[in-house]
Amino acid sequence: MKKELIVSPSPHIHGGDSVEKNMYGVLVALGPAFLLSLYYFGLGALTVTLVSVSACVLFEFLIRKYLMKQPLSISDGSAILTGVLLAFNLPSNLQVWIIIVGALFAVGVAKMPFGGLGNNIFNPALAGRVFLLISFPAQMTIWPVPGSFPPTYVDGETGATLLSLLNDGAGAKLPAYKDMLLGKMGGSLGEVSAIALVIGFAFMLFRKIITWHIPVSILVTVFVFTGIMYIVNPETYVNPVIHLLSGGLLLGAIFMATDYVTSPMSISGMIVFGVGIGLLTSVIRLFGAYPEGVSFAILIMNAVTPLINTYFKPKHFGSK
Amino acid sequence: MLKTFRIGGIHPCENKFSAGGQIRQAMLPERAVIFLAQHLGVPAEAVVKKGDMVKVGTLIGKSAGFISANIHSSVSGKVARVEAMPDMSGYRRPAIVVDVEGDEWEPTVDCSEELTVHTDLDAKDIIKRIADAGIVGMGGATFPTHVKLSPPPGLKAEIIIINAAECEPYLTSDHSLILEKSKEVIVGTALLMKAVGVTKAVVGIENNKKDAIEALRKVKTEGIEILPLKARYPQGGEKQLIDAVMRRQIQSGALPVSVGAIVQNVGTAFAVYEAVMKNKPLIERIVTVTGRGVVQPSIFRARIGTSVQSLIEDAGGFVGNQGKVIAGGPMMGKALSSTEVPVVKGTSGILLLPQEESYRRKSNNCIRCAKCVQACPMGLNPTLLMMATEFGNWQLAEDNYIIDCIDCGSCSYTCPSFRPLLDSIRLGKDKVGTLIRARK
Ligand code: SF4
Ligand code: SF4
Repeated sequence: MKKELIVSPSPHIHGGDSVEKNMYGVLVALGPAFLLSLYYFGLGALTVTLVSVSACVLFEFLIRKYLMKQPLSISDGSAILTGVLLAFNLPSNLQVWIIIVGALFAVGVAKMPFGGLGNNIFNPALAGRVFLLISFPAQMTIWPVPGSFPPTYVDGETGATLLSLLNDGAGAKLPAYKDMLLGKMGGSLGEVSAIALVIGFAFMLFRKIITWHIPVSILVTVFVFTGIMYIVNPETYVNPVIHLLSGGLLLGAIFMATDYVTSPMSISGMIVFGVGIGLLTSVIRLFGAYPEGVSFAILIMNAVTPLINTYFKPKHFGSK
Repeated sequence: MLKTFRIGGIHPCENKFSAGGQIRQAMLPERAVIFLAQHLGVPAEAVVKKGDMVKVGTLIGKSAGFISANIHSSVSGKVARVEAMPDMSGYRRPAIVVDVEGDEWEPTVDCSEELTVHTDLDAKDIIKRIADAGIVGMGGATFPTHVKLSPPPGLKAEIIIINAAECEPYLTSDHSLILEKSKEVIVGTALLMKAVGVTKAVVGIENNKKDAIEALRKVKTEGIEILPLKARYPQGGEKQLIDAVMRRQIQSGALPVSVGAIVQNVGTAFAVYEAVMKNKPLIERIVTVTGRGVVQPSIFRARIGTSVQSLIEDAGGFVGNQGKVIAGGPMMGKALSSTEVPVVKGTSGILLLPQEESYRRKSNNCIRCAKCVQACPMGLNPTLLMMATEFGNWQLAEDNYIIDCIDCGSCSYTCPSFRPLLDSIRLGKDKVGTLIRARK
């Protein structure tokens, strides 16, 4: 007879989804925000992103090859994504060597020692950011003001972000809503434009890269919580809409909290996770020392994720 | 909004190349290999021996237990031997091999094409005829039909659900059967209703078969509803179909009749028609031969015991780089190691995949994306179950309902890291099943 037949257990077909497709899909979704950051921060944005991505990729390559001695994993796109996400969380005038330290922490401490993609507990980019925030508080909290086009890198005026304005007392010179939507305000690279981030969100939903549960439950929680505080005391607290549009909230909710590896598996778990992040973010923002709470909130909930997975299982067929 | 099941599911590329095609009579084999176990349960006992002459429809294996089924000769000729032959899994199983001479039928079988609608038989007689004819679930489950029609004491059926979903990609056997035999299918359904004493039946059929839905609606009779369902895999899973039709979910470990449903495949309904109205035992079935690896995707009416190889040749033979030959559909079918095995009662299709489509990609780390969780129609956590199996943590597997896995393959199909989830889960399920039985 003919050649041997190929035998393997079912199923015999695959849907064609892959890790790369998802990672590159997220990168595409980050595209609009990246373009806007180039527009506002110019060369600075480009430099920070390039340095961060190259450093993450290089560190992953080196660790994989020389320390873990395992096949390379660069092509799955996750190191590039970590690099971009880290960059998006940094001010555009950050010194190059600090960026590299951040990348080293993200890949070398938060990701690879756990076994690489899939095994890490904390979102690597966020871990890198928070590490920098704690180690270099001065450099990490001064942002160049998005200037007129073409913007300048080195001598950009530095300005406060929306949230640090808020911390100084409500109603200071807040940017107009229109500027917040488009990103014409101080902030880290990727967090400034609400519209660009939401476009990315829509794209990821459309491509079924993520589901809506985590981002929406975070945003709703923050809105409700800060909304209640605003109603109770409008003198001290600002309009909840400003909370939604400001700082890293959208970036965190859409792109950081939805990181596959570090978020829960079941729908109910995702909602618990999102509500948790929303609550922690609001509390840190309103009562804490740091003006920006999203990063901390996500990292704390990352740590709780295994517990959430244990208690919030998928809805089982036939359960009440 | 079309009805569908409520948890998980996927929508694989349908690839129904042979959709709507005419059913062709397959060539008679020269030698038929008829297994004594073509059903779930106890194998039948051979009642013929080497040298006996048999006709089409002669009883050659007798049901040998409560869950068992009769086996009939699908050809006429001389019994060459009664011995173990390799089946689709490659194991040797007791079979009756008949050298074919002519095509002579038992005189009791009514071979006319005429539609018979009326019968005076009561429920008990109908079930007896179904048992005598050796009818089993034709969708592939091959559970003896007469057993399914006699629910355990205390449980009462409210409704017959006819499974015409045909949710497996590629396969179109049920589709063509409905197009050509819609009246017979409906009469068969009515017989099933009578057999279990219900007044309501629903034919669940995926909405990608609009012509078949039309055909059935034309003959619609009292109490039988034709219900189009969303094209979504595994719509034809028994539990999923009941959920889609009745909005009731069977609890873990319970029978369908616990929610009042008895599900029968549309091919089974047709076989019931033939058994009761034409006195014809189950000796042939519809088999789709399809895939990019075959010259002419075709739908055959093939005698049980015909070899897979001869069906493939009947469909023009292999084309391209030969890769996999699968008995059944691409999601749940079984890859054959040889084509020299016979068609059995549960063979709904033969799928030929060229080499390019036959290999799996290398698997990687789980990235915990939860896509397998979202795909699982049983609401399980496949990656957790795989991990539990790999670590041998049977308690964890059991606590997370590994036993409820229906082998649908949606998890492996979906995983972006190409993890062989179902391979592991199957192993774990076997192990946990053994442990649970040992406890009892
Ligand atoms: S094969 Fe089992 S675990 Fe996988 S999706 Fe189907 S039911 Fe769920
Ligand atoms: S689909 Fe694959 S990668 Fe995603 S959680 Fe399931 S097993 Fe892991």
